[in-house]
Amino acid sequence: MTSTAMPTAEQHGLVAHSDGAFVPVQTRSERFRSTNVADFEPVNGREHEWKLSPVAAFADLTSGELDGSRLPIETTDASGISYSYIARDDARIGSAGIPEERASANAWSSFGEALLVSVTGEDAKTAVVTRTGLGDVPRAAHTVIEAAPNSRGFIVLGGAGSARLSENVEIIVGDGASLTVVSLQEWDDEAVHLSSQFARLGRDSFLKHIVVSLGGKVVRVNPSTHLAEQGADIEALGLYFADAGQHLEQQVYVHHDAPHTKSRVTYKGALQGSGARTVWVGDVLIGPKATGTDSYEQNRNLVLTDGTRADSVPNLEIETGDIEGAGHASATGRFDDEQLFYLMARGISEDEARRLVVRGFLTEIVQKIGSPELEERLTAALEAELQGS
Amino acid sequence: MSVLEIKNLHVNVETEQGTREILRGVDLTINEGEIHAIMGPNGSGKSTLAYTIAGHPKYTVVDGEILFDGENVLEMSVDERARAGLFLAMQYPVEIPGVTVTNFLRTAKTAIDGEAPSVRTWVKDVRESMANLKMDKAFAERNVNEGFSGGEKKRNEILQLELLKPKFAVLDETDSGLDVDALKIVSEGVNRAKANTGLGVLLITHYTRILRYIKPDFVHVFVAGRIAEQGGPELADRLEEEGYDRYQVAEPAAVESVPAE
Repeated sequence: MTSTAMPTAEQHGLVAHSDGAFVPVQTRSERFRSTNVADFEPVNGREHEWKLSPVAAFADLTSGELDGSRLPIETTDASGISYSYIARDDARIGSAGIPEERASANAWSSFGEALLVSVTGEDAKTAVVTRTGLGDVPRAAHTVIEAAPNSRGFIVLGGAGSARLSENVEIIVGDGASLTVVSLQEWDDEAVHLSSQFARLGRDSFLKHIVVSLGGKVVRVNPSTHLAEQGADIEALGLYFADAGQHLEQQVYVHHDAPHTKSRVTYKGALQGSGARTVWVGDVLIGPKATGTDSYEQNRNLVLTDGTRADSVPNLEIETGDIEGAGHASATGRFDDEQLFYLMARGISEDEARRLVVRGFLTEIVQKIGSPELEERLTAALEAELQGS
Repeated sequence: MSVLEIKNLHVNVETEQGTREILRGVDLTINEGEIHAIMGPNGSGKSTLAYTIAGHPKYTVVDGEILFDGENVLEMSVDERARAGLFLAMQYPVEIPGVTVTNFLRTAKTAIDGEAPSVRTWVKDVRESMANLKMDKAFAERNVNEGFSGGEKKRNEILQLELLKPKFAVLDETDSGLDVDALKIVSEGVNRAKANTGLGVLLITHYTRILRYIKPDFVHVFVAGRIAEQGGPELADRLEEEGYDRYQVAEPAAVESVPAE
């Protein structure tokens, strides 16, 4: 509990933080932003952007010194995709978005160079960037994925092995481009990964953004999409499977900021085992310029055992009266004993029954990814999650 | 020939008010190919009998036994009972989110047979059975029971009965909530399954209506947790005219207290 000491000057004139107190209404677009970590107060875990996160588990990433050298990466080659490193003063850095919280700002303040993944050419192509075994040192990284106007591409940004990583990913989608970005977290059991991802979509462009979080102790991937130009279209998909002791979080933000933009947000998660924890926050802001917006976001969670917790918080702000549609849905359901009895009464073993239900539930997302290779791999990874239970 | 024997079965259920004795010594033997109707008023323990045979964890067997070809059913887990050849068509089939009917049927068939069914014949079998039960093809891709009407759920139960080919089926008030058309379709399904596999059936019902379409070999009247009377099909006709009143006068359905002599 907080003390009842004298009001202090450093509280910026805000009401003292008595627990459960009035939370001021604040439009998402007015949230504080800065690339400089020193502009943010130290994290205490009560801030709206941290209150659902285990902040003590990654104090090094929000307030410690970060190693900003290049990450060890492996890449696959494809015609029309190139990799390079760009300096901090490159004009592209910061063009898709800037940090809204301290871990993101800490990474921004700390990275040396940014990895640039350039996508050009109208033919479809796929490239995979994998970061493996980043070690125990807290690290910062910055990645820019840039799709040239009218280009097409499918980029996987994967992580496996050990990591204590805070990073920013910028996704710049040129006019008329069609890009898929998959952020694939298959870290080992002790890894901590905080990733803020900022996408800016040009006129009539399309981004399919997919967050898949399976491995890691704490994984927090927060994608923000700025639908900045007329006709921009985002399909944001998410898939997560939290086992005992895992915290998997995603705070999704879509900003409709131009006429006739479209967004579809669909996140699905499963939880199993004591202390399995997931967080989904979905903010959609339909700004005054965003006439004709078509927006829908949903989150579904499937709870498989006792001792888990799933938070699901959809928020919708609408600042124009002239929209086509805006909706949200959130549901967290249990796989319960009656369902188990029903399946077992048809000869299906308990383990198989559980697997059947989870597989069916999560496959909906897998099937929307649009890459048979990756779909197959993820199906196998989910199988492994289920077998390991 | 298979036989299902229920001997002196006593079953309790835990409720918020404490332990309740629901079944008080049930004796029943069903041979393969026979149809036994169990009829009785609400609260007489009919559904408890059904769920106990299937192995629902809510019910505790305190005495007696259930034998399937001499094997002790009570020692088997729920899925083992199903794999041994017992089937329960449920009164209230539950929704299974995320699992399509197709996927569910194939998984169940594989579990029961111990091997995956041959793709070609299986798809054909499913399609035929669905057509017989007048189920739209679109059902196959819907999640099990999710958004199904009452009649659709019951048809889906009988679809499973036809495809999984058990030796004994317990039909728990499969007729309840069905209009006459659906009742005929479902009854035909049961009769077809019996004709095809020599199934033994324990048909639990409150009403005599379904017995016009599924002809029982034996009728048992269930009152206050045990069989109060049994006979042939003619007993059902008598119940149709007289109802259950004469049994309840003799032995009220109140479960806790033993009626005074």
